Amino acid sequence: NKGDKDGERSEEALQHKEQKPQKTRKRTREGDEIKLDPFPGPAPIPEDRVQKFKRKEKTKTPHHAHYKLRDMIVRSEEASEMAQKQAARFDILLPEDAGFLEGDEDEDTCTISQEDIALDVDITSGAKYFNLKLSQFGPYRVDYSKTGRHLLLGGRRGHVACIDWQSKQLMCEINVMESVNDVKWLHSEAMYAVAQKKWLHIYDSNGIELHCIRKFNDVLRMQFLPYHFLLATASATSFLQYLDVSVGKEVAAICTKTGRLDVMCQNPYNAIIHLGHPNGTVTLWSPNQKEALVKMLCHQGGVRSVTVDKTGTYMVTSGMDKKLKVYDIRAFKPLKSYFLPAGASCLSLSQRGLLSAATGDVVQVYRDVWNTPVSKPYMAHRVRGTVWGLHFCPFEDVLGVGHGEGFTSMLVPGAGEPNFDGLDANPYRSAKQRQEWEVKALLEKIQPELISLDPSELGQVDQATFEQRHQDRVQALGFDPLARQKFVPKFKKKGRSSAGGVERRKKQVAHEDQREIIRKTVEDKMKMDKERKEREEKKKAMLTSQRSALDRFKI
Amino acid sequence: MKKEGKKKLFYGSAGNYSVTTISLTAHACTGQFVVDKFNMAKVSKKKVNKKNLKKSFELTDESATVNEHVVYDDDEEEQELNEADENITSEEEEYGCEDDRKRQKLLEAISALGGKRKKRLGERSEAAVQMSEFTVNAEGEGDKIDLSDLIGTMDKTPAISAKTKNRLRKLQKSKKTIECPLSKQETERIQRDVAFQKAATEVSRWDGIIKQNQRAEQLVFPVNQEPSGPKPMERVVTSWKAQTPLEQEIFALLSANKQPITDPILTPTETASLKAMSLEEAKIRRAELQKARALQSYYEAKARRERKIKSKKYHKVHNKDKRKVFLKQFDEMVKTDPAAALEELNKMELARMQERMSLKHQNSGKWAKSKAVMAKYDEGARKAMQQQLEVNKELTQKLITSLNNEEEEEGVDVEVMPDFVNDAEQGLDSSNPWMRGKLSEDHTEKEISDIVDLSAEGAGVAENTAEEEEDTEKVEETEEEALLREFDSRRKLRQAQEADVVPVIGVDGEEEEEEVVVENKSAAEELDASDKEAEELTEFTSLFRGIAEQAEAAADASPSDTKTQLDEGLMRIKTLEDVELLSQEESAPEIASVQPQPSPATENLPHATQQGGKNRKRKRGIELKEVLTKETKVIQVPLAPTVEDKEDSDENLDQRGLIKEAFAGDDVISDFLRDKRKQEDAGKPKVVDLTLPGWGEWGGMGLKVSRNKRRRFRIKTAPPPPRKDERLPSVIISERKNSSISLHQVNSLPFPFENHSQFESIICSPVGRTWNTERTVKRVTKPKVVTRLGAIIEPMAREELMRDKNHGSAGNAK
Repeated sequence: NKGDKDGERSEEALQHKEQKPQKTRKRTREGDEIKLDPFPGPAPIPEDRVQKFKRKEKTKTPHHAHYKLRDMIVRSEEASEMAQKQAARFDILLPEDAGFLEGDEDEDTCTISQEDIALDVDITSGAKYFNLKLSQFGPYRVDYSKTGRHLLLGGRRGHVACIDWQSKQLMCEINVMESVNDVKWLHSEAMYAVAQKKWLHIYDSNGIELHCIRKFNDVLRMQFLPYHFLLATASATSFLQYLDVSVGKEVAAICTKTGRLDVMCQNPYNAIIHLGHPNGTVTLWSPNQKEALVKMLCHQGGVRSVTVDKTGTYMVTSGMDKKLKVYDIRAFKPLKSYFLPAGASCLSLSQRGLLSAATGDVVQVYRDVWNTPVSKPYMAHRVRGTVWGLHFCPFEDVLGVGHGEGFTSMLVPGAGEPNFDGLDANPYRSAKQRQEWEVKALLEKIQPELISLDPSELGQVDQATFEQRHQDRVQALGFDPLARQKFVPKFKKKGRSSAGGVERRKKQVAHEDQREIIRKTVEDKMKMDKERKEREEKKKAMLTSQRSALDRFKI
Repeated sequence: MKKEGKKKLFYGSAGNYSVTTISLTAHACTGQFVVDKFNMAKVSKKKVNKKNLKKSFELTDESATVNEHVVYDDDEEEQELNEADENITSEEEEYGCEDDRKRQKLLEAISALGGKRKKRLGERSEAAVQMSEFTVNAEGEGDKIDLSDLIGTMDKTPAISAKTKNRLRKLQKSKKTIECPLSKQETERIQRDVAFQKAATEVSRWDGIIKQNQRAEQLVFPVNQEPSGPKPMERVVTSWKAQTPLEQEIFALLSANKQPITDPILTPTETASLKAMSLEEAKIRRAELQKARALQSYYEAKARRERKIKSKKYHKVHNKDKRKVFLKQFDEMVKTDPAAALEELNKMELARMQERMSLKHQNSGKWAKSKAVMAKYDEGARKAMQQQLEVNKELTQKLITSLNNEEEEEGVDVEVMPDFVNDAEQGLDSSNPWMRGKLSEDHTEKEISDIVDLSAEGAGVAENTAEEEEDTEKVEETEEEALLREFDSRRKLRQAQEADVVPVIGVDGEEEEEEVVVENKSAAEELDASDKEAEELTEFTSLFRGIAEQAEAAADASPSDTKTQLDEGLMRIKTLEDVELLSQEESAPEIASVQPQPSPATENLPHATQQGGKNRKRKRGIELKEVLTKETKVIQVPLAPTVEDKEDSDENLDQRGLIKEAFAGDDVISDFLRDKRKQEDAGKPKVVDLTLPGWGEWGGMGLKVSRNKRRRFRIKTAPPPPRKDERLPSVIISERKNSSISLHQVNSLPFPFENHSQFESIICSPVGRTWNTERTVKRVTKPKVVTRLGAIIEPMAREELMRDKNHGSAGNAK
């Protein structure tokens, strides 16, 4: 080994010797020159960061394509590469880091109490841990506005309050004198919807009733799709209804025929509504289809709670069978399955993928349930009553827990997204900015027809219609304009276009075509073979690594 | 006709006053003719045309009238025409000519009175067969005109130079006839061709620019704009000159001393002086370089020499020497400089890791393979291989030094292992054998300690239910792990068959677990013997897994009933019989909390398959079961809920609800399967039956339509494409097409695209500000044409073209 190295070195040295005269000359010349830039070109970007902003695979430029197409592809490639690089470069403009909680040696983070955390953090953050003792009006449902500044509480026995929770300022407090099933902020903190015993009501932030929507009765759960301005409601009569809050129109009413719908969540990635049913299935709905897009059997008992993460990759469900399951919702495949001793009644996922699960009066927070199998919670906290509603506050390390005895705001380090998008949801916006944002958001409103399981579907060519149209065209024209033209041999004079000759020429061309096809298939096959071999070799290597090296002597 | 011919002649003469009969000048004449004609057209085309028309009318009408009249008429016409011509030609000439002609005419007229017609005939033009368009009629055909006739007078005139005379004489001598001039059409064609070629070359110069502009991403008009931004000082100040004497003096001084006038940078002399080095410095530097070079060459020579030594022994000794030296150094270092020693250790560790990762000394190289072939017969080869393996072992062995030992001992002393060890094991990464193998030792220890703890606690009072629960779960887990580890160790034992390879602790530490394995195996074998179908085996395993899990769940589920059930949970599931027992025990009293699974005795699931159903369906049922009973991880919760959920408590009270919940699973699955099958069937195309009973054969009650006919008239449609949820047993995906989105989709490929993927890939990259940085947005949404407001966009000048060409060539050169 060493000898080799020496050899290399000597070779290098030899090369040096050869280059020496040149080098000296170069040096003298360099001496005259002005100092060169030691770091020429743009600053390098780390590969992983570039990879983070990757949007699409590279498209190959076809060799014999029209120049316009070639130009187009090349330009698009350049632009996307530039976009990717720029995005990676500008990533440093997101300076905030997520928080975390770290225990001492041999101390579980789940044993650290909220009081300790509140004492240890700065005063502002410490003030975010608080309890509201509201024992009179029963278990509370919770919702935070999209910016995370405002909190909406809805007590089972009719108490509705909205609070600017950071300044602890009460915006309004009313009693609707009816049982309240669910509360939800609409697009801004100026309006919220309350699902009351009979109908759906909309109030403004002063507690004035704006609408009573009689079309929506017996609503149990609500979800608001912020980019579509749709309020989706699930009712006890097994109806899933969509209300366009920008125009006040009912967009769709779907009878799911699955009984009482009291488990609901939305997929923030594609605005699909997930419903959980007592027969252990979870169904996915869009307003455009009267039947469920997907029906998954998740639990052996009834489904108690469903939640989907921000990227629309994972769905977490909990059921009566006391299991907590994690699904890859893109492939509809189960990833992990956990057994919770008492089962989870409420689930909620934070922006950074922390899962909170409530069992009875204990709120547990899990970290990264989909990648590494967890065996104990990241945090745990006991509240006073049975947990009724859980909601992570956006852009804050706070988990709001609504329970029988009121409301608890919990500190969960690392829960919220540290960097907010000021144009999308700005927690610090003024009233004027809010108005501006509202106008822009309304202009950019996505129509409900565009909701589909795969949001990128819109950018795809409609294959079915394309084929249909092509067929029609073929019928109208009497021939296929896109088909390859049949080879008709040229007529040659002087008797060279004999029947045999013509046939021969035809055959030649046909053979050429066939050869090409064969070549292609052979190439494909070779490639596949190679891949397979590699895989096998890998496997073999794994196997051999397990065996002893002396095994080969045993025959 | 006569008249027309004359007219023509007249035109010709009007255009050109030279004689037209000479063929020499004919060509030029036509050219001029064309030009003149054009001129005329400019001035009085209309007029002439009118006249012509009039004339033709007169011609037709008065053809029969007297000659005199005709003559007169002619005269008039001519006069008129001449008047028309006046505009172009000089008047005096015209008058002269006219006078002559008039006189001629008058003479003719007079002679005509005399009745001499012949003479007149000779002068008038004839309608000839061959009529040239050069208005040369064949009038004087008979009498040839010689060149000598024309140039006869030349000799006499002294004004003409001798040279021309000579030439003319030569011309006279040459007998060659001059080719007949091309016809008008042909010449015109040639001219057109030439003109076209000229124009084409002229225009084709722009081709490059046109193509470039067509392909350009962006066009900016007006074309030659000055680049925006700051301009260099010199250009701005060019117009300004030193005017006052003071200024002039200063500038003179500056320029005389090579001082910068416009830009405050260093003067050339200054830069030169800055660059220069002092002599001593240069000398020192040179010496240094010389020395370095010499050293390098020595080193090279030495290395080359050493490399050439082929003796293996030498190298071995050499290496050993080195190692010894190193060790000595290391020992010293440990005493003197522990930090550096630690670093060295780290280095060693790194080397070890590398060795472990690369399979360098594991007899997998080329040399090793060749040796392996020989090893059977050759003692030396075997030895060499052994040696290599030793090297490998040595390298992969963890170094135990005094520094490390202490730490390790400390680590052992602490009973509770650090958390991460636990985590890694719980990860149970089956694909990574290293992890498992390495951690096995630690875990047995831990397990033992755990068991001890547990027994101690079991003896003691159950203080905290939650804590105990945690412990039991731990036990369960460790059991599983132990089992896995056991398998691992056994395999190793079998494969390696070397005493030192087998971990000692693994053998003597867990005898009872080995028992478990053996028993388990025997049970499995029995089952195998009884029913050999592989399917059933898989089913069995899955069921087993499910049951084990359920048992676990049963043990853990109810924290309220404490002691007795906990004891049950603690019972080790050693064999299958045990499992069965356990499940039976729990199913016997129906209040058992969670027991959805029937005992494995009733192996075939009642719901999934209806016993003798098709194999395929059964398989699917099993798969589904497996999906639902995917290995579950039990989570330990530090705080046990004291308050039950309201819903839960209600249902807890209700026995029936509980039972329903317990047995819900089967129902759920079968329902789901039924639902799925229904959906699948709905998606399948139906067979169209067109058979008509009684056609072509006898009909009536109890008569079947013949098979042949059925085959002919039952139309089967092609099977639909495979369902999206074909491979997903627990999922039903709706196959209905989303028509609302297809309204917004592109349904025909735009022009340059050849396939969908190209179009889609170009469409899919986002453009808006929400997804891109500002610069990218600007770049992506660049307008195709940019114009400056108020600027006049002039067509491109030819100079522009030339400049572009120059630029292009310069660019190419670059």
